[in-house]
Amino acid sequence: MGKLISKIPDGPLAQKWTKYKASVKLVNPANKKKLEIIVVGTGLSGAGASSALGELGYSVKTFCYQDSPRRAHSVAAQGGINAAKNYQSDGDSIYRLFYDMIKGGDFRAREANVYRAAEVSNEVIDHYTAIGVPFARDYGGTLDTRSFGGVQVSRTLYSRGQTGQQCLLGAYSSLNRQIKKGNVTMYPRREMLDIVLIDGKARGIIARNLLTGEIERHAAHAVVLATGGYGTIYYMSTLAVNSNASAAWKAHKKGAFFANPSFVQIHPTCVPQMNEFQSKLTLMSESLRNDGRVWVPKSKGDAREANEIPEDERDYFLERRYPAFGNLVPRDVASRAAKERCDAGFGVGETGLAVNLDFRDSMKKQGKKVIENKYGNLFEMYKTITGIDPYEEPMRIYPAGHYTMGGLWVDYELMTTIPGLYAIGEANFSDHGANRLGASSLMQASGDGYFILPNTINNYLADEIRVPKISTDNPEFAETEKAAVGILNKLISIKGKQTASSFHKRLGKIMWDYCGMIRNKEGLEKALVLINDLKKEFWRDLNIPGTISELNMELEKAGRVADYFELAGLLATDALNRNESCGAHFREEFQTPDGEALRNDEKFAFVAAWEYAGEGNPHILHKEELKFEEVEMKVRSYK
Amino acid sequence: MNLTLKIWRQKNAGTKGSFATYRMDDVSPEMSFLEMLDALNKKLVEEDKYPVAFDHDCREGICGSCGMYINGHPHGPVPAITTCHLSMRYFKEGDTIWIEPWRAKPFPVIKDLIVDRTAFDKIQIAGGFISVNAGAAPEANSILVEKKKSDDAFDSAICIGCGACVAACKNASAMLFVSAKISQFALLPQGRIEAKERVRAMIEKMDEAGFGNCSNTGACEAECPKQIKLTNIARLNREYFKAY
Repeated sequence: MGKLISKIPDGPLAQKWTKYKASVKLVNPANKKKLEIIVVGTGLSGAGASSALGELGYSVKTFCYQDSPRRAHSVAAQGGINAAKNYQSDGDSIYRLFYDMIKGGDFRAREANVYRAAEVSNEVIDHYTAIGVPFARDYGGTLDTRSFGGVQVSRTLYSRGQTGQQCLLGAYSSLNRQIKKGNVTMYPRREMLDIVLIDGKARGIIARNLLTGEIERHAAHAVVLATGGYGTIYYMSTLAVNSNASAAWKAHKKGAFFANPSFVQIHPTCVPQMNEFQSKLTLMSESLRNDGRVWVPKSKGDAREANEIPEDERDYFLERRYPAFGNLVPRDVASRAAKERCDAGFGVGETGLAVNLDFRDSMKKQGKKVIENKYGNLFEMYKTITGIDPYEEPMRIYPAGHYTMGGLWVDYELMTTIPGLYAIGEANFSDHGANRLGASSLMQASGDGYFILPNTINNYLADEIRVPKISTDNPEFAETEKAAVGILNKLISIKGKQTASSFHKRLGKIMWDYCGMIRNKEGLEKALVLINDLKKEFWRDLNIPGTISELNMELEKAGRVADYFELAGLLATDALNRNESCGAHFREEFQTPDGEALRNDEKFAFVAAWEYAGEGNPHILHKEELKFEEVEMKVRSYK
Repeated sequence: MNLTLKIWRQKNAGTKGSFATYRMDDVSPEMSFLEMLDALNKKLVEEDKYPVAFDHDCREGICGSCGMYINGHPHGPVPAITTCHLSMRYFKEGDTIWIEPWRAKPFPVIKDLIVDRTAFDKIQIAGGFISVNAGAAPEANSILVEKKKSDDAFDSAICIGCGACVAACKNASAMLFVSAKISQFALLPQGRIEAKERVRAMIEKMDEAGFGNCSNTGACEAECPKQIKLTNIARLNREYFKAY
């Protein structure tokens, strides 16, 4: 316990953040200029943090692996962004948004952080609107909202089905403004290879220029990781195929604890797999469940076309099982319910691994035009991929790996267990507990980047004002660089037969089969053996053509897969250790008679923060007990 | 199906490139175009040869990373999609497919099918933003925006910055790209305040980067995977005239 100090401010929940901001140390403008901050990643949290820190006057260096910061994977988020604006006067408030998130996360998130995320949500919307993000509007000119899963209010702002793109391009534009002003220096096509620690503090990174292979040293007074989640551990997921956990994992191996790695969200509405070469699964926004009804035939193996199956032979299983929330139950619940129907033999399509998402009734009621306005681009995308027109036939959907609630452990200030190293956005563990509600990832990432970190980081940097510019000539840079290059050389000199992707694909299958939507002890133990065997084969039989000193995408992939083997082991270990079902973590052994998740609050109301203990040694578990002062832990029911 | 691929291979910006020929057997019509290239690369890596380098990331048509000339069209022969969304079901047994990088002076080839598009970032850095600091914004609903204008701004804002417009244009003009950003901000009241400075700065940077002028051919609009309209360029011109 001793090592986990969460630094939650005293006082009533609703006043903690205000009190914190009023009492936190500040850095004067003249000193800010002299302080350097590295930000890795340019999604909503990274671009948001970079621009906000630049606006404050800090000297910021920002890195991304893409050719342009505008391509970070926040760009692909579709449905919307939550805020506690109560624009519909439907009883919403900061407290309700907070409560929905705490409940949606199955009481496995830190109360104070979640409340703060809800609190800053309104500032996020004000900011995006002011910088020109074109959110959907009503005819009177005010902002429009829609509903999302797991809530009974309409609090989600949106830009058709491309909210992530519009918010990210907004964040990219504010980043560009700071680049122009000279407050941010942008380093695209760079991959972070490791964190550099001096006297235990994060003081820089080693990066590889992906175009030239050149190894670079970059120093700073503090380092911020905004590197996203690890959903591609399943190989196929809704993530960009180059998304990876390497930066977070390297930080972990340097001393940052990794929290709740087994909390992975499997998104219910994705285009099902169609062929064995497939490289990713495309998300169909959850917002579709506002107007789409999920169903399978009532009789097993019904081979008729969906439109030929009469109403009374359809099983709208979400509406049947969860009458209060219907098709808008949270993601984990919807995913498991779909899997349950498919496993029982009621699935549709050639593989039987799909359920229908049907817009027939809402088109009848609201008109095709209205549906087209809301979801036009999603329908087009679905048709492009599958060749099926969702205006004529129901979509076929199936769950896929999507978002990782787990991540680097951070305190209230978003600092990891390494002093001066911060983790924001999806890269940290803090706000979503065991399950994230829809439209809250854009909200949290933006809140962390624009409004939380730029306040909390002052508290650390205020004590650094006397520290001169960090030199990359420090021996710690040379040592870290040597070790990082050593790994690259080791990978490239294996000279085996198989590609990095083929190993990744096999690892993904193990993770999906045993560490996916439903887990059990036997399967997790088996997964640990399989992961380890495959890892050995990887280090024996990998092939990477070319050298490390040039553009080499196979080398990039291999490095990421190598880290995934290690993270996969920790993910399975964490899942095995958590002898309960909560949120997205569903252990078969722990369920109610009607198949719902069975939590064990007495034993597992904690954050599992794992400490790296060196190559070959088991990780050490630290528990951050979750204390709920404002809410009462209840059985999460959507019935 | 069995296919012949003619792919542009170029070691780096300093060397001359040429087409290499590859046979691809047993291509499934359900693969995407990039998955077909993945399969080729798997084969090449297993033979310890350099795989074909190409940019790609989200593989769902939104990040703008991917882009290549396929049989004479940016993003291939199917309108309104990116390369990653191009399905192999649009090709048939025995086809020969020509695959090339974007060809435009401001987008130099880095390797094989990868080009340098940082000129686009530079144009955006010059003025593609609204100057409001985090925390300084008024309550969001205090800025009312006519729905039609907001929808139009959105239609311009969906540009993914892939560069197909430049690659398609005989003048290598970036006008469609620049006009999309200018239009988004010109249509919104939030963007009017800096409208003059913005259009001047972005056009100046566009010219400096070596992009050509628009001669209203409309190839950009025809090839744009996001169907950004040519009327944006008209709006850009109006904004530009107003700025002087």
